[in-house]
Amino acid sequence: MIDSKHPALRLENLGVEYRVKGRGIQVLQGINLEIGRGEVYGLVGESGCGKSTVAYAVLRYLPRNGQVNQGRILLDGHDVQKLGNDELRELRRTSIAMVYQDPSRALNPSIPVGRQVEEVYELAGIARSEWRSRTLGILNKVRISDPSHVAERYPHQLSGGMQQRVAIAMALASEPALLILDEPTTGLDATVEADVLDLILALRQEFVTSILFISHNLAVIAKMCDRVGVLYAGRLVEEGATAEIFRTPQHPYTAGLLRCLPQRGRSKDVAPLATIPGFLPAAGERGGGCVFASRCGLADQKCRDADPVLADLGQRSVKCHYPERSGEIALAAAPLVTRQLVAASGAPILELGNVSKTFGSQRHPVKALRHVTLDIRAGETLGLVGESGSGKTTLARSILGLVRPDGGSSIKLDGVEVTADLAGRSQAQVKALQIVFQNPDSALNRSHTVFRMIGRTISRLTGLDGAARAIRIGDLAASVRLGERYLNAKPRQLSGGLKQRVAIARAFAGDPRIVVCDEPTSALDVSVQAAILNLLVELQASKQVSYVFISHDLGVVRYLSDRIAVLYLGQVMEVGPAEAVFSGPHHPYTEALLSSVPSIDGGNRQRVKLEGEIPSASRLPTGCVFHTRCPRKLGRICEDEVPGFASLGDQHQVRCHIPPEQLPRASQQHQP
Amino acid sequence: MSATEPAASNGTRSGWKRDGLRLLRSPSFMTGAAVVVFWAACALFGRHLVPYDPFADDLLNSLLPPSGEHWFGTDQLGRDVFSRVIAGARDILTVAPLATIISTILGTALGLTMGYFGGLIDEVLSRIADAVLALPTVIVALLALTALGTSTFTVLFVIGFTFAPIIARTVRAGVLAERGLDYVAAAELRRESSLYIMFVEILPNVIPPILVEMTVRLGYSIFTVATLSFIGFGIQPPSPDWGLSIASNYGLIGGGYWWTVVFDSAAIASLVIGINLMADGIQSALDD
Repeated sequence: MIDSKHPALRLENLGVEYRVKGRGIQVLQGINLEIGRGEVYGLVGESGCGKSTVAYAVLRYLPRNGQVNQGRILLDGHDVQKLGNDELRELRRTSIAMVYQDPSRALNPSIPVGRQVEEVYELAGIARSEWRSRTLGILNKVRISDPSHVAERYPHQLSGGMQQRVAIAMALASEPALLILDEPTTGLDATVEADVLDLILALRQEFVTSILFISHNLAVIAKMCDRVGVLYAGRLVEEGATAEIFRTPQHPYTAGLLRCLPQRGRSKDVAPLATIPGFLPAAGERGGGCVFASRCGLADQKCRDADPVLADLGQRSVKCHYPERSGEIALAAAPLVTRQLVAASGAPILELGNVSKTFGSQRHPVKALRHVTLDIRAGETLGLVGESGSGKTTLARSILGLVRPDGGSSIKLDGVEVTADLAGRSQAQVKALQIVFQNPDSALNRSHTVFRMIGRTISRLTGLDGAARAIRIGDLAASVRLGERYLNAKPRQLSGGLKQRVAIARAFAGDPRIVVCDEPTSALDVSVQAAILNLLVELQASKQVSYVFISHDLGVVRYLSDRIAVLYLGQVMEVGPAEAVFSGPHHPYTEALLSSVPSIDGGNRQRVKLEGEIPSASRLPTGCVFHTRCPRKLGRICEDEVPGFASLGDQHQVRCHIPPEQLPRASQQHQP
Repeated sequence: MSATEPAASNGTRSGWKRDGLRLLRSPSFMTGAAVVVFWAACALFGRHLVPYDPFADDLLNSLLPPSGEHWFGTDQLGRDVFSRVIAGARDILTVAPLATIISTILGTALGLTMGYFGGLIDEVLSRIADAVLALPTVIVALLALTALGTSTFTVLFVIGFTFAPIIARTVRAGVLAERGLDYVAAAELRRESSLYIMFVEILPNVIPPILVEMTVRLGYSIFTVATLSFIGFGIQPPSPDWGLSIASNYGLIGGGYWWTVVFDSAAIASLVIGINLMADGIQSALDD
């Protein structure tokens, strides 16, 4: 099948249209790109830009109402649109494969994974006797250490990372000429993500396959791809070698996206994040002129009138009238907000002592939290970091009174013990502790208007009513930059960023003292994330509120937090000032976590790899909970004895048997 | 992936209005609604519009076959079948919807309680509901009618009682999905009462499945009312009720007097089918 005359994939002026209610909506327009043999091509852009539509068009698997209405798709030199049904089957069987974002949904839950891989060989017409051995071989290739055991498992018995490996094995089994990876690591934890990305890079050497890598994560693209195409509103706005594009972006959108990310080592004290104002224009409302003009700091009349062409600049191309002015973008977009940051000081307002939480029955206890002791001072942000299952959310819910911790746990607000149960807390205590949830779609009642949601919270928490309440609603909306016109809207009429603003306004309705932010930006695009993070910083400065900020995105945590606690399997492994936790010396787990985060200005940091899977919280390892995966395990002592906290000075504490003076040994400077 | 994320508020119609418009474009809903509206009109005004008095005996003209004068023929007592079929819509279209509303209210309250509180309360109520569901409606009806006597109230009670657990199951499933969403936690964090959370926060979000289930139940309810009339425990003579008419005339089929039964049967069937078509339409309008 491999024919080196043709590029693996070539899109010529591709356009895709969706028909919605009898109206055609052009979601992709004039996409030209080429993926060479063995090349990894990244497609990056925010949600709604049309990334997945490109993938589905290439597979000829568009939804029923979608159709390619312009241009050609040449896969291995064959025009995909012209293939008959049999040829299309043949193509999908042999030349192309796709790995989806969520492996738990891409795999069939009722068939053992080994059998699912075998099906690929069955389809490929391989002799039956070879199915098994080939399956085990390919599972081995995706670094599954015990393939014959894993092959018998059902998908739900495997971890997310393991499932994604199986999905990748299935995709590679047919040795496709083009492999499409659609956000393959988005749902995975940082350390697992790093493993899967490394695996893909390694497999790339073994299999001669070209890869179309779709992601919204710029750092992942930077790590993985040779060339990158930036998609905005269904148009390719910039394209070229990854390193070059990310170092010297020439399209204002690319430049804006890169600047939205918290920079390496920067914190909120230095400067607010850059944002891209405005919204992605809805598909179908993209008139003449440059699609980005409405959000571009450089746009002038020419941009609004004439759509620029994708200009070829040698090794790269950019769709902008003024590519040479990209340097000005930095100046044009820099927000001029001055902030007075409060220094966190004084006595702690919230003290957690030995907070434990055990779910499940007596016979099968699941220990979600174990003896967590932390405190939070006024005006401070405490970052909670850890992979899924580390107990971050359980801790947050225990503080709020939504989860009742085990006996012996103590939660003190202003030195006064609060009851575990919400019902037993005083009105002032309930007011003091509020939360911004992760997913605004879940956190906002879709039947209620914004006015009603915020208003009801105000009346319940502050007792305000009538005109006073209406004024307060207006004030809150203004403080989260929510236009008055949205007050009568219901959640479905709002974009993700606006919804999260409503949720933040609601959290601040009763003048809380501590707001728990549970991954408040993980469901948002980077440009929106930047705006929300800026808002949180501003509110903190103006309202003197403390945050417990939960996130798996270390860059975001670093930006926002004054102190950081690293959780692993329900235990605090390390706690200290953000600066110290990030610059090290750190706990071996923190070290691994930090090293697994890809960064845009990349470089190849030495990655600290973790062996094996995160143990189940129902069967915790003895001694130090991290010993099963610790790359710096000392020996018996780690298996037998629970380590205490060792001080690294300046309130920086690490729960490890390694003597503090030896900890820095392997550490380097990690500053995502 | 969402290709069309609404970025601003204007332009998007509110949910109910949009679903309503979609219903009007649904052929199955509109067909069903036409049938149901026809019968509802008959129930309201039929007695004043029919050519003959549906109760007037005319023994000289008994058991006449359909003709220009008597479109659907006459029955044993010489009453005009067409007039009786039209007028017969009234009782069943009063009792069945009322019974459905009673069972929906009961079932919704029950389902909200089971789903929201969960745990032991859910366990106990679910088992009771299962037990009720295990009893055939007709048996429950016979028991109730012997205990309470034959009356419209008894029919309402029987249907309300036997259908409520079915509605409750649907509501419970919807509530369980909503219960885990964070807006419920947010309501708890401002210490709303359980009743407020159940009826103001959760209920509006589970209305769509309740609406569908209620329409489906209405179809069954029509059927049940007709069945009870047929076995003599529902609506009582001299009502021109369809089930009742079939019961008093089905012996005549053997004699070739088919028109005394067929038109009443067709009326019941058309009403049930019409309601089910509406249910289908509502279901698909709410689905996407």
